[in-house]
Amino acid sequence: MSEIQYRVAKNVKDAVALMAKSKGKGYVLAGGTDLLVQMKSGAREPGLIVDVKKIPEMVSITEKNGAFTIGAATPAAVLGEHKKFRKTWPGVLEAINLIGSTQVQGRASAGGNLCNASPAADSVPALVAAGCIANIVGPKGKRSVPVEKFNSGPGKTTLKPGEILVSLTLPKRGKDASDAYLRLIPRTEMDIAVVGVGVSLSMKGDTVKDARVGLGAVAPTVLLVDKAAKALIGSKLDDAALEAAAAACSEACKPIDDKRGTIKYRTKIAGVLLKRAALIARDRINGIEHRGHR
Amino acid sequence: MAKIHVTTTINGSETEFLCEPNQTLLDVLRDTLGLTGSKEGCGSGDCGACSVTVNGRLVCSCLVLAPEAEGQKIETIEGMADGEKLHPLQKKFVELAALQCGICTPGFLVASKALLERNPNPTETEVRYWLAGNLCRCTGYDKIINAVMEVAADMRGASNA
Repeated sequence: MSEIQYRVAKNVKDAVALMAKSKGKGYVLAGGTDLLVQMKSGAREPGLIVDVKKIPEMVSITEKNGAFTIGAATPAAVLGEHKKFRKTWPGVLEAINLIGSTQVQGRASAGGNLCNASPAADSVPALVAAGCIANIVGPKGKRSVPVEKFNSGPGKTTLKPGEILVSLTLPKRGKDASDAYLRLIPRTEMDIAVVGVGVSLSMKGDTVKDARVGLGAVAPTVLLVDKAAKALIGSKLDDAALEAAAAACSEACKPIDDKRGTIKYRTKIAGVLLKRAALIARDRINGIEHRGHR
Repeated sequence: MAKIHVTTTINGSETEFLCEPNQTLLDVLRDTLGLTGSKEGCGSGDCGACSVTVNGRLVCSCLVLAPEAEGQKIETIEGMADGEKLHPLQKKFVELAALQCGICTPGFLVASKALLERNPNPTETEVRYWLAGNLCRCTGYDKIINAVMEVAADMRGASNA
């Protein structure tokens, strides 16, 4: 067994210093639901594990002027118990609460899901649709990037040496706005997305005022699909607009062919899920409850 | 390699142990502390046989590092019965034969207890989703779900009496 160390970071500065000193051998431990599995399989061999769960800002949910900031290591189950967050971002929450079992929910975090950099990560398309910003701190200070620019490929983030993801900030929500996340899996629960689609809408009357679309599991990273959003904006979500947005999603797909889904299937499903997710988001704006996947 | 000294509370008793930095809580519970009720099924968080609660939160102990237990309150299956007196869930599992080989049973019991503490009146669907991270390869799930539903009803009856 190679030499390995475990350190509890007291604050963000401490965590960054530990990571910077580790010379690329350091791994941040949030919920550990990916890291421990990867350590056991030998996929990752940390020289240093930096536990960030004692850093208050990394495990808390705060709201400032209507904008929510979620500590990167906040367990999904804790977020799920936040009533105002549930009401404001039902799509983001249903995506985060889809990750794994009850036991996994007790530990796994949206920040960890993002840093694990799977193209099929459930929380990420919903966060992209929400216009979420990743707050990063490193040896040279703070920076922020939109979530869709955080990862560069499967298992690869754009974090520089010593940098850590501290929190995720969701923008202030106006009135008449909501979101939804849908994924396709062959089972009812606990599986990896064949396709995942997040849609965030704001409406003025029955017309779409603004929209964002995030698309997962169909490219090396989760995609922001501007063209699909443009097809929805200004429409009343009529069939023609939904078809145009669906076509834009299918067009954006560059999926792999594997046992979960062929290229043709994933490409088609991306459009189907877009249409359904957009209508759920609208229903939510109109006060019609959707229990999502449950 | 220097071992890490951890002080924690397990089933209400202050407990100390030494562990490696990358040892799991499950390994320490079983191999160091002799608490072998928590089982290792998969070791990757898929089967739930190692379920414990940490500060009241249901987790897989195979996905928790042992040093993370410092200062936390951990409850395992060994803390469920009150001496010789079984917890209502344990009694009902026996009564309804909601177990066969028994490997998954401690995990199911710990997870079911955590559910009923949060939601004393779950629907069958809620029970099934809550327990979806606990796998049983012998009995199938119906008897387990029935046992949890019956205990929930019994406990509500008792608290209304």
